[in-house]
Formats: sequence, C-alpha cells, structure tokens
Amino acid sequence: MAAHLSYGRVNLNILREAARKELREFLDKCSGSKAIVWDEYLTGPFGLIAQYSLLKEHEVEKMFTLKSGRLPSADVKNIIFFVRPRLELMDIIAENVFSEDKLHSSREFHILFVPRRSMLCEQRLKEYFEFHTSYRFVAECYLENDQTSLYHTAKGLMTLQALYGTIPQIYGKGECARHVANMMLRMKREFAGSQNQILPVFDTLLLLDRNVDLLTPLATQLTYEGLIDEIYGINNGYVKLPPEKFAQKKQGEASKDLPTEPKKLQLNSAEELYAEIRDKNFNAVGAALSKKAKIISAAFEERHNAKTVGEIKQFVSQLPHMQAARSSLANHTSIAELIKDITTSEAFFDNLTVEQEFMTGVDTDKVNTYIEDCIAQKDPLIKILRLVCMQSVCNNGLKQKVFDYYKREILQTYGYEHILTLNNLEKGGLLKPQTSSRNNYPTIRKTLKLWMEDANEQNPNDISYVYSGYAPLSIRLTQVLARPGWRSIEEVLKMLPGPHFEERQQLPAGLHKKRQQGENRTTLVFFLGGVTYAEIAALRFLSQMEDSGMEYIIATTKLINGTTWIKSLMDRPECQTP
Amino acid sequence: MMKSKPDEEDYWNSSKFKAFTFDDEDDEFSRLKESKQAVNSIRRLVEEDDDEDDVEKVSWSGEPVGSISWSVRETAASNQRTDREPAFPKINADTPTVSRSHSGYSLSSLFKGKTKTGSFQFSDSLSDSSVRLYAPELRKPKSEYKDYVSDWSPEETVHRMQQGKAVSLEKFRSLQDKLLLLDFSISAHDGNVITAVLIYLKRTLSKEVLFRELESRQTALRHFIHYLTETRDQRLLLELLRALGRTEDIALLQYKEHLSIADENKRRDFLKSCLSLPFSPEDSAHVQDHYTLLERQIIIEATDRQAERGGKVEIFQKFPRRASILNMPLITTLYYCCFYHYTESEGTYSSPLNVRQTFRISEKQFFVTALAARAKLKAWVDVDALFTSRNWLGFTRKKSPLGFHRVVDILQKNSAPTQVLQEYVGLVDDAELRISLAQKHKCHDIIINTYRDLKDRQQLLGYRGKVERGSVEERKINELLDNPQIRWKN
Repeated sequence: MAAHLSYGRVNLNILREAARKELREFLDKCSGSKAIVWDEYLTGPFGLIAQYSLLKEHEVEKMFTLKSGRLPSADVKNIIFFVRPRLELMDIIAENVFSEDKLHSSREFHILFVPRRSMLCEQRLKEYFEFHTSYRFVAECYLENDQTSLYHTAKGLMTLQALYGTIPQIYGKGECARHVANMMLRMKREFAGSQNQILPVFDTLLLLDRNVDLLTPLATQLTYEGLIDEIYGINNGYVKLPPEKFAQKKQGEASKDLPTEPKKLQLNSAEELYAEIRDKNFNAVGAALSKKAKIISAAFEERHNAKTVGEIKQFVSQLPHMQAARSSLANHTSIAELIKDITTSEAFFDNLTVEQEFMTGVDTDKVNTYIEDCIAQKDPLIKILRLVCMQSVCNNGLKQKVFDYYKREILQTYGYEHILTLNNLEKGGLLKPQTSSRNNYPTIRKTLKLWMEDANEQNPNDISYVYSGYAPLSIRLTQVLARPGWRSIEEVLKMLPGPHFEERQQLPAGLHKKRQQGENRTTLVFFLGGVTYAEIAALRFLSQMEDSGMEYIIATTKLINGTTWIKSLMDRPECQTP
Repeated sequence: MMKSKPDEEDYWNSSKFKAFTFDDEDDEFSRLKESKQAVNSIRRLVEEDDDEDDVEKVSWSGEPVGSISWSVRETAASNQRTDREPAFPKINADTPTVSRSHSGYSLSSLFKGKTKTGSFQFSDSLSDSSVRLYAPELRKPKSEYKDYVSDWSPEETVHRMQQGKAVSLEKFRSLQDKLLLLDFSISAHDGNVITAVLIYLKRTLSKEVLFRELESRQTALRHFIHYLTETRDQRLLLELLRALGRTEDIALLQYKEHLSIADENKRRDFLKSCLSLPFSPEDSAHVQDHYTLLERQIIIEATDRQAERGGKVEIFQKFPRRASILNMPLITTLYYCCFYHYTESEGTYSSPLNVRQTFRISEKQFFVTALAARAKLKAWVDVDALFTSRNWLGFTRKKSPLGFHRVVDILQKNSAPTQVLQEYVGLVDDAELRISLAQKHKCHDIIINTYRDLKDRQQLLGYRGKVERGSVEERKINELLDNPQIRWKN
C-alpha cells in the first residue's frame, strides 16, 4: 500500500496513479505475452509506482536485467526494454536483438525510454537497424485493405511536422496517398487553435503510392547496393554472403579448410567506401574500387618517406584508419567478385535482356519464349512471376490468350494450388488480362522518358543509370514535380492509377521561409508500400545534381525488391520449394 | 501488507517463485537466476503488494481473478471497465489482428538516415499517449482534455480509441448509434479502431443486419473480411461472401482449404466437392484438373508402391523411387510417368501419352519432360526417337519443337556423352551458336565442318592450334586446308 502518499498536502497518489495508468496502457499496447528487460538502474524508480503483480496482470511473464550478449530464452511474444536513454545501453540492446533475431522472427521488440526519449539514442539505434523490413504493407493495402499502416504513416508524418514544422505543400499520387493526405488534414484540424511555431524544414511533401508504379520493383536493380539486395538480400542493414571469397589466406596454410558459415557484413554509410559506391551502377564499381586501392597503397607507401620521428609518429597515428580502409576495400572487392560472377552469367544476361525488351515495349503482346523455357526448366516460380508480371504491366494487361497460356503453364509446372497466388497478383493489379484494347504504356514511357538509349553508367547524367537504361517511373514523377511541374504531364498522370492532388497547409505569418539566393528546397518523398534501393539511389542522385536545386529526403514503409515484393503477394510463400 | 526481511527471501526462493517464470519447461538454472536477479532487484515492488495471494490467483486466460481491490482502484482511476466487457485496450490484447499497431517504441520501425540526403523513418508512436508522459510534450488535441467526461459521443469515442485510450462501446445500444460509431471510425481511417468497432458490432448485431450495413460501407467491409481471414473465422467469412454474392471469392476460399488436409484420400474427396463451386470458367477447368491429377496420383502411387515392394519390376530395383508422387505438380508427374512408365499403352492411367492427352499438355512441355526423363535413364534410343519424324518421301529427319541448343542443354544437364551431344549440337541452326556450343562440349568435328562451310580459313587455322598434335582432328584440318577445291573467303 502506498497510503502515505494520500495524506500530504498534495495528494501524490494521483500522480502515482497517473503514472501507473500510463504504464498499464503501455503494456497493453504490446499485446500478448511479454518479457521485460530492465536497465537495472530503473528498477528502483519503477518500484515506486508499480508492483510485480500489476506487471503480471498485463502478461509480463519474465524479467531480466539488461546485459550484453544473448537474451535468456523466454517464450514470449514481446520483449520490452525499459531503459534510460544512454548510448551504451543502445549498443547492448542492439546486440540482444541481433542475437535473437534469427530464432524468433515473429517476436516484437519495444523500447520504453525513461524518463524521455532521446534523438541521440535513436540515432545510435538507427545505425544498427538501418532499415526496417516487413512485407506486410502491400498485402494489407491491396489484398485485404487494412488501412492501419496508412493511419500510422499519417500519424508519423504529424509527429514529424510537430518536430520539423508544418510542411506547406503536399503533393500525392495514388489511392493510398490520397488517404494519408486526408488523414493528415483531419488530424491537423484536431490541433486547430494552437499553431506550430517551428520554422519548416521541408518545403514539400510528396506521397507516392507503390500502386502508381508497379513496374520499377519488378526490374532487376543494377546499382551496387541494389544488386547486393537482389542477389543476397539486405536485412536490417546486414547481408549474409557465401564465405568462400572471404577466406583469409595466410602464408603457409594455403590449404586450410574453408569457412562454411555465411559471412555477415553490416552495410551502411558509416563505412566511407560503401557510402561512395553503394549508389553506383555496378559497372562503375570496379573502377571505383581500383582507384581506392591505389590511394590506399599509396598511403601505405608513405612510410618510406617518413624520415623524422615526427613523420613516423604521424604515419603511425594514421595506421588504424588505413587498416580499416584496407579491410573495407577487401570486403567490397570480394562482394563485387561474387556479384560479378552472377552478372556475367548467361542466365543473368538473358533475364536482363527480356526485362529490357519488355520495358522498351518489344513483343509484350506475345508469349515470350524465354519465359516459356524458364518454366520448362522449372526455374524458381518467383522469377517467372516477376517476368510475367512485368510483361503484363508493360502491356497494360496481357492478351487473354497469352494470359491463359502462362497461367496454365505455371499451374501445370508448379502446382494447381498456385491459382491462389495468381489470383492475388491479379487483385494487386500486377498480372491481369487486358480489359481495354488500348495499351497506354508506350505513351507513359515516351512522355516520362522512361527509357534512355544512352544511359551513362560510369558518369551518369540521368537517373536511368540505376537500371542501365530504365528511369524508374516513381522517381521521374518526383523529378517532373520539381521541374517543370505536374501540370506538364497531366495526361500521363490520368493514365496512372489513383488520383493525383495538391494540398496547401497554411503557415502562421512569420514562418514563411526567406530563401537565400541559390538555397536548395527540400522535399520529403514518402513511398507508401515500399521502395527499392535503386530508387533511393536515383533520388540521391537527383539531390546531388548541381542544378536540381532540390534536396530529397526519403521515407518509406519498407524496403523491397522484386522478389520480396512478389513473395508478399503470394499465397503461403513459405510453402514454396525453391 | 508488510513482511519481514527473511520472509521476503523465503518468498523468492520458495516454490512460488515459479509464478514469475510461468514457464515450467524452462528449468535452466542460470536463466532462472537471471530472471530472479532482475525480479529481486525490484522486490520493493512486492513489499507493497496488496495481497500476497494475488500472485497465485491470476488467471492467464485474460481476466484477472482475485484482484478485486485492484480492479476497484482501476475503475476509480478513470477507466470505465466493466466486469464482463473488456474495454478497448483489452480487445487489443485479445485479438491478434488489431494488435499490429506498433505502439510504444518498436525497434523495427527505426531506420537510418546518415548521408546527406539520407533517408529516415520515424516511429509512428511518438504521439502515442502512453509515451507522451516520457516524451517531450507535443501539443495535445483538444479532445484529450475531456478525459474525465464519461458520456462520450460516438465521435469522441472514436477519437479516444485512436489515442489508444480505454472506452466502453457497450453504451451504444441502438442500431443508429452503432452505425454512427462505425461511420466515424471509417472516416478516421484508423484500421485498429474500425476493427475494434466491427468486433463489437459482430457481437451485438445479427448477421443479416451487419452484412447489410457493411455492403454500403466498402472500407469497413474490407476490414471485416481481413479480420475474419486473420482470425480464421471461415464459416462467418463464407456466409458474408455469400450474402455479398462474391461467388468467385467463396470458391477460391473454399478451395484453399484443401491445403490443410494431409490425408490424400480426404484431400481428393474435398477437391471433388470443390468442383461444383462457382469458379470462373478458366479456374474451374484448373480445379477439375487438380482433382483428376490427385485421383490419378493415388492410383499410380498404390500400384507402384506394390510393384516396388514386390521386387519384380526391374526399373524400380534399378532406380528406387525417392519420394511419393502424391501432390506433386502435373509436370513432375509426367516426368515420373516418362521415367517409370514410358512404354505403357495409352490406356493406362500412368501412360505418359494418356497424361498428356488428359491434361492437354503443350507439345513443348511434353517434349522437354520426356527428353529429360529418358536422358536421365540414358535411354538414347528413346531420345533419338523423340526427334524422328518421317516426311512424305519416307526419309527420316530430326525435328524438335524447341531449339536444338536447348536440347543440348537438357542432354548435357543429364550428363549425356559427347557422341550423343555432338549429334544434336550439329543440328543447331545458327552457325555462331553452333560453334560456341561445340566448343563448350568439345565437338571438334562440328567446329571444323562449320568453319569449312563458312569457308573461314583463318578460323580453321586458329583452331588447328587448339587441337592435339597428331590427332585425327589435326589431320582433318590439314586435309581441308590443302584442299584446292575450297574457295576460302579469307
């Protein structure tokens, strides 16, 4: 009992009660069984407001102290970290979560910061959890139409505006984009009366519905990062690679056993070299790596020039940095080798050729022999679906005869139960029979210049370099919006699914930015339903273009590639035999 | 209730301690210790435990039992939680569908933005009321100041639910009120709230009324279907779809059920019952095929298993079956039939020709499959026969529905010897492709002949360097080079 709190001049019990209520509500929001991992320091303060029985009532089944390494086993749905916002604790949490990840994929992790959250800690966590990947979004919005994720997107954008100021202009394209914008405007009315007094950081918000551009994710990404994701899959900023090329060859033990465990590498821009090459077309990566190699060896050669003690000392002080650069170079050279083995293979080339034929509109109305052959040799179903969907999208739906043919071949070869998957793809608009006789894809392609014959992979001058010729539709829309504006492509916008719109949010007087000459404008581009690494690369490229005058910040519900995307639309993809 | 210090120790070390792990199987000492340590350090929490017995009397089915004092205080605190009806957050905990809101601070919703233009994502939870206590104060909407008013309108109720607060839906009794509640939740676009309201309506409205009202509310309808799908309420879902006249969806949904039937005979019977479902005409044909296929597989499997056990059929002895053919795709079944039953007459279920005919397998598919199966068995005569057709003069010539380079590919994958490969490499039409294939498979004759036909002296000279000295190939090249009748182009 905490009766003593009630008798003072101020009834502190009310405060305590309020805190308990907050705690209860927090616990209830993580539905299902939970284990709490305590920052030891906090158990004291929490003792003031709650007993264990209360936690238990809210399905807290286990409690641990926070410490590095692996979490003790607990058969619970949620793991909740109660921690102070301290950086070192974030490192421990990250370690805990990563060691857990593989075992319980369905487990949810939560963090409660006490007494407050800290941007710094979040930043640290973000370094660990580079990207959040879950494949539910498309399934939710286009198959089952649960709009929860849209609501949270809108809410997140409101929070963002609370912290970074009201975004004066909102543009959008697509059904989901319209929904999110509507919700934001409604939420804003909720706040009516109190004005946000923060100087806006963003000039424009662009909401893009994945549904508007179904083509881009189906194409094979050709940037370095995109290819790593296509081939090996990047998960939360990590990639697992076959170990052979990473074997350390030490002198004298050449025939040592090769490692069998996959090599796990973290990929983010904290690594200087990776930041430099991640967005490059893969064909330009080799040159970048060899340039880097020369710089590093030159730096190591410097030691011969170091004569004085001071010079030697300076050289030594640079050694750790140089060593890191060297191992980074070694890693990426190995990765590049692995990828090159694949990109130079006949299979990769053939596949890419067909993709490019479709994207340029060649024979999209006929049964494609390559696809037919792939089915006959039982290539992975996802590969087949990716190609067939691409053909369908590039032809504004397949001719009924072609559609029926593919469908039959797929069902006969991979099993009749895939009727369900094909049905899902049809509902998602990716694979469908042609309903109107008019194929508007060529018009869209020409107006938006989606295909560039002379894409420059080494020194790109256009976003089309990310797919070696194909300029991602989503990014073209973004580019055109900045200049000359969507009014110039009104016709094409009408051909793409969903409404397009523009909303303005009034800023309080005095918050209007006085722009300096030559100062860049900032656009937040929000991809509803996922974005590919290649699209991100294209946007970063636009930001860096000297004359673009626009800075882009990217946000999304998740990162996708063609494979993960199709998988999210499949019926019981876990049952697929590869 | 205060306890003396030793009591406490006893308490934690006694068997009641189990109550904190709630997992009888987990008896690893170190882990217990771990848990205990953490728990011990907050023992002050327990010192002031209202009633020690609480610890044991919590029912894990959801309702707290024996914590009356707790629930009384609870109610006083502001929640209008009634005894029987879980208030909204409770619903949240009970239904997996609604719980997808990653409230609190979900790690998975973080992502990074480091580079200049970088990307960043934000947690959707920053403005959650629960976090708000600890988070920097964001402006609160007006409605939040009305926490202590108990008689909320449907609109206010929806707002509160959006903020994740406890509400009671019980007081919305009239149909009109319920529909208002639903409409406000729809216009709020919050899937969680819509679903929560739907759960309430599902419980308190008759199906007929609910279905009727949903029909004019597409958003709510989609959420309801999603909810029923996730909770696997197949029966109600089918009723709903039927009421809506969405016949194809019903058919597919029902058909999907077959995947959860393990017994092949039951599965076959189930598929048979699916035949009368209102599929689209195309799908209907596919489902019919699916049924026919499984029916056939069951027959073949039974016969072959017996034959294999009997030990009298040579092929099963030489190549024991690696897996049952049940539930395999059609083409795999065809392959199986081409492998074990190639020569059977068209009358049997397992005859490849019969399979081909029954399922209208395309010529190409049939050809590829038969080719692969026969090549696997190294039955080169059969392979040869596949290509042979007679023209009207009675001459035989090789014909193939797929390119010969693909044929070579398939043969090579089944480790055909060079002599066999050579024959088919030679039939590749395109000279360049032929040469590259020939080089790959070391078919010297073909390369030499092709260069001869192309009258490409330079290439032939070059190739001479690649063959073994003194070999038959070298001699042949020399003869050709010396042949004055050939008009070389270079």
